Amino acid sequence: MKVEINPDLCQGHGRCYDLAPGLFGDDDEGYGQVLGDGAVPPGKEQDARLAVLNCPEHAVELVEKG
Amino acid sequence: MAVDDRFTQDSRETGEDEVLGTRSEIITGPVSDWATDFSHLEPEWSADPYPIQDDLRQRCPIAHTGRFGGAWLPTRYEDVAAIAYDTERFSSRSIILSNFRPPRELAPIGGSPPISSDPPFHHDARKLLLPAFTKNAVARQEPATRAFCHSLVDSFAGRDVVDAAYDYAQHIPMRVIANMLGFPPEDGPQFREFVEDLLEGINLPPDERIERVSRLFDYLLAQVNDHLDQPRDDLTTYLINAELYGNKLDPSHVIGTMALLLIAGIDTTWSAIGASLWHLAKTPGDRERLVAEPGLLPTATEEFLRAYAPVTMARLVKEDMHWHGVDMKADDWILLSFPAANRDPAQFDQAAEVVIDRQVNRHAAFGLGIHRCVGSHLARMELRVALEVWLDRIPAFTLADRGAVTWSAGQIRGPRTLPLRIG
Repeated sequence: MKVEINPDLCQGHGRCYDLAPGLFGDDDEGYGQVLGDGAVPPGKEQDARLAVLNCPEHAVELVEKG
Repeated sequence: MAVDDRFTQDSRETGEDEVLGTRSEIITGPVSDWATDFSHLEPEWSADPYPIQDDLRQRCPIAHTGRFGGAWLPTRYEDVAAIAYDTERFSSRSIILSNFRPPRELAPIGGSPPISSDPPFHHDARKLLLPAFTKNAVARQEPATRAFCHSLVDSFAGRDVVDAAYDYAQHIPMRVIANMLGFPPEDGPQFREFVEDLLEGINLPPDERIERVSRLFDYLLAQVNDHLDQPRDDLTTYLINAELYGNKLDPSHVIGTMALLLIAGIDTTWSAIGASLWHLAKTPGDRERLVAEPGLLPTATEEFLRAYAPVTMARLVKEDMHWHGVDMKADDWILLSFPAANRDPAQFDQAAEVVIDRQVNRHAAFGLGIHRCVGSHLARMELRVALEVWLDRIPAFTLADRGAVTWSAGQIRGPRTLPLRIG
């Protein structure tokens, strides 16, 4: 699994980097950014799901690595 | 260095915006039917708007009023979200619903950019502010905020009852934003007057309203001139020097943005802190659990923001249109109630309950879309620190007098009198 942020939808609420700081960070303007390649390490699946489910803009997605 | 002469002449004297706007008849008094005659300025709404919103969501999800020259009140999450996202059909040129509509020519900039701005200008004006309000940037304010919260609690020594709204909540955002803007910290009491003038004086006669708002702009102009004489590392100097499209900002942009940061930064967070303490004072189970399990504070604060979202915004309809079942007219107001959206059972399980360990909480307390509150990271930091310090220092507290609690009237709702028994 990996996380993705749709930059067209992200408005910088920061819920993803609040809830899953190991998976997300922010840029100089506060918009969310996926750290590294977005791969969700074992044990971090729940953090990833919470980030997805708490984004007010529905900008965060969890996708199967393909 | 050339003298900066943008602020030597009062820009209001050259503008004719007030003349060109539209004034509507001031209608006050009890509401006959909330579906057809709503008013967010009546005491019934201030005291407890949620049953009214819940009722409207069931029987008339986009309510109307003839007051304020015509306004609509959507109470479903999906309608609130759709309007927040639709900047093509809904303008932000005035975000405080009143009996005065600023002229259309004020768009896309509006009086207090970027909150009052529409695309494409909005994006560029907002971009100027974003770096100062990131989570990392506002973290620099945290140690001083925490120390200040402690000093407020220190001042309660010897008292059994304190007013958590007046003696605690209001001072925290005042101090933080004064520090960020570089204003004298002792000016706090004036800020309270500015907030009340701008956000609660909605139904005052227009001339009185203009005069009151002028006090704020006189104050801000004096602060700008002080910063021109003595530039320093703060938001005021930053805005004076900021450039857009290769030029320094218009004086009205500088002053309008300062007004926004001052006003929007104060009573919103004051309300959120107060409403959270009010809930904990009247809900011993939640208070005891939060004291015992401080790890719940992150979900609890998000839940307080959802259930007691302080901020309602306004929009103006751009053109006549049939929208989601109602006939909106150009220049009708929209009262964009994020609090009502946050209690829509179609969007939230147990929408009417406060669930302090709610794991999934896609609330809209800070708005949705391009106007997401630019100060949301600052507000969250202040709310978290204010609650951490209070719960650490005063773990046991109750409402001293349930009937004495008062709430602000208008678009920003929170406790303004909140006597709590702490001893």
